[in-house]
Amino acid sequence: MNSSLGQDVPLSWYLLLSALLFTLGVVGFLIKRNLITVFMSIELMLNAVNLSFVTFAHEWHAVKGQIFVFFVMMVAAAEAAVGLAIIIAVFRARATLAVDRIDLMKL
Amino acid sequence: MHLILFFVFAGFCLAGAINLLLQSHPINSALSLIVVMTSLAVLYLLLGAEFLAAAQVIVYAGAIMVLFTFVVMLLNAGREERTMGSGVARAVGFPAVVAILGVIATVIVKAQDLGVAKLGEGLTNAPGSTNIEALSKVLFTELLLPFEVTSVLILIAILGAVALASHDRERQAGK
Repeated sequence: MNSSLGQDVPLSWYLLLSALLFTLGVVGFLIKRNLITVFMSIELMLNAVNLSFVTFAHEWHAVKGQIFVFFVMMVAAAEAAVGLAIIIAVFRARATLAVDRIDLMKL
Repeated sequence: MHLILFFVFAGFCLAGAINLLLQSHPINSALSLIVVMTSLAVLYLLLGAEFLAAAQVIVYAGAIMVLFTFVVMLLNAGREERTMGSGVARAVGFPAVVAILGVIATVIVKAQDLGVAKLGEGLTNAPGSTNIEALSKVLFTELLLPFEVTSVLILIAILGAVALASHDRERQAGK
């Protein structure tokens, strides 16, 4: 429609950006030592996957791809609420947020 | 135009994500995650998903990240201590990360039949039909049951969060 605005971006670049963000999320999940930051890395991974969904929805003009992102957002909101409540409960019980010190269930 | 916007906001995204990893204070990580999410909203806008861009700003950058910053400040989370992590994370985790990125990138680069993203090209090509209209038509007719089930899920999540976070006070009252 507005192709006169300039060059178009290949959709694979969006997918590569999504893959990079997901990988950065995984790396953060592995190297961060703070419970809250580990949780933030999970949110980063969810966002990366959402970008993939929107890209494919754009490619195939599929409404359901965008609706799936909407559902992912709602589930992420629920997950954040419960997860942060668990983090508060853990902090009350152990008085620390360092994942190395929360090791009761470690083999 | 599209190319410039893509590069600027993809750069913001990656810079924010890398900054999230490098910062040692959780509040700085939370702020850089807000940068990532807001730039992602702009990218959604470029891909013709106006409703999702708005929802991304309101739900993610607004609600969820405010919750995160509240918890960071409530728990007075200090500077994290850097340890080398567990041996398993180093031995299995990082090769697996490299393998995942390699596989995904190869598949994406090899998939040549993907089109290009044109600015202003939305879900529907019908004139006068907006993105929100197309979305809500499917959401409130075909997918009404999942939509309502999600509201129950949110309700349960609220109750669970309240029950988990106020557990301490209840136990003290019982004593």
